[in-house]
Amino acid sequence: MQLGFLVDLHLCMGCKGCEVACKVENEVPLSTWRLRVKYVDVGTFPETRRTFTPLRCNHCENAPCERICPVSALHYLENGIVNIDKERCIGCAGCVMACPYGAIYIDPQTQTADKCTFCAHRVASSMMPACVVACPVQANIFGDLEDPTSNISKYIQIHQGGVQVRKPEKGTNPHHFYVGGGNVTLNPLASHRTHGHSLFNNITTLPIGGHH
Amino acid sequence: MAHEILAATNAVVTLDAAIPGIVWPWLVTVNMWAKSIGTGVIFMLFMLLRMYPEQAGKLRLPTAIVAFVFINIFLLFTLADLHQPFRMWHIFVYSNWTSAIAIGSFMASTFLGLLTFLGYMAYKKDYAMFDKVLLWTTILAIPVTLYTAGLMAQCTARELWQMPTESAQMILAALLSGSAFMILMGGSTLNDKAKNTLGVVLGLSALMAFIIYMSEYIFGPMKAEEVAATIDYVKSGGQYSVMFWIGQWMTYILPMLFIVLSRTSKSESILKLAAILALVGLAIVKHVWLMIPQLLPMS
Repeated sequence: MQLGFLVDLHLCMGCKGCEVACKVENEVPLSTWRLRVKYVDVGTFPETRRTFTPLRCNHCENAPCERICPVSALHYLENGIVNIDKERCIGCAGCVMACPYGAIYIDPQTQTADKCTFCAHRVASSMMPACVVACPVQANIFGDLEDPTSNISKYIQIHQGGVQVRKPEKGTNPHHFYVGGGNVTLNPLASHRTHGHSLFNNITTLPIGGHH
Repeated sequence: MAHEILAATNAVVTLDAAIPGIVWPWLVTVNMWAKSIGTGVIFMLFMLLRMYPEQAGKLRLPTAIVAFVFINIFLLFTLADLHQPFRMWHIFVYSNWTSAIAIGSFMASTFLGLLTFLGYMAYKKDYAMFDKVLLWTTILAIPVTLYTAGLMAQCTARELWQMPTESAQMILAALLSGSAFMILMGGSTLNDKAKNTLGVVLGLSALMAFIIYMSEYIFGPMKAEEVAATIDYVKSGGQYSVMFWIGQWMTYILPMLFIVLSRTSKSESILKLAAILALVGLAIVKHVWLMIPQLLPMS
């Protein structure tokens, strides 16, 4: 079994339900996110549109975070999930630096690395990840990539030409796919980031692990 | 390339989490700087003992002490940078052998052990044993110097840090700082010929490192969009631009000029000035190169 995730960006409406469900399920501290939805506005007024992109750990088959972790706190589960052992983590932040997707953060409460685990604890109890359950439009599709009858495998087969991963050139082989994505949604360098990065606050950078 | 897409789409991030701040701060700069000196003086002692055995013999104990102190500074700052420093021992118990951090920790610890032994041998005046162990210490100093380049290379998508160039820069930094420290430490122990040799090492390593930096500065952006975006933090002005050029002048350009000047004027003071500038400047150069890839948005 190799678990994977697919987000159909045609369906996502940026409600952030997944983001909130993830926060609640995993008790993610303030100022940190395992999953977040990025809004990018495209075009010039009045010809504009807004895109929504949920971003989380890509659970790469060739994960740079697993490779760089000196103590194997980041490790593979048999089902392909890249999991983290917070008791073992020494907080060197090597994984934060190595992840090409910016999906890992230092938890300010435990001072250890943390990230999306595809809700491994829920999966172990045969439940879907919290974000999948919360999505009102079923934009999140989760399942076994090795099972051709699983929803995710069927979705990939149907949308073959339109299935993308983030930064494929990095050779990480992500187990997280997007349908309906493009350069603007999947490439962080393809959009401007003005100071604050947000409509609602003026924070420019987040402290790492609550210090430095 | 991303900038062409930007021009076409006028895409702006309007709602997102703020970009993470600096993950590896100035503590890591000090770490790299101290390691360069710690391994560099060992390289220089090895060379001097073969070229000028009589004079360099007196530098065995001071060099062992300097290397021991700077490798301890390097380890201390490594420890201080950990978010869970009391779990440092996990590296030795749960080692992941694909990690440059784990491999480097073992090598650096062994290196420190050898330096301690060298210091003891020098203190006991057992120079035959010292010289035998120095050979192995010098050999080990090479991977100890290089492993940080491996660590930076393992940081996928921080494309400014490429293994071939970073490994060359690490070795050159060790040669530069080692020769600079030896010029200052040599004092009346080394004769003019030995100091001239150290000056040549300093000047040539400065020249080669400068060539690599300028090559990356000019040609790097043509190869990858991440490099272009990273170098732009230096090219577009601001604090890192100022620091970058101060670093280049202090570490490479001025020391090269001063070394030529010291040789023509036979002035030891100018040589020492070159050494001081190189040592101080190296910390600035390393800091800029450590910081700018961390400013890049990854998601």
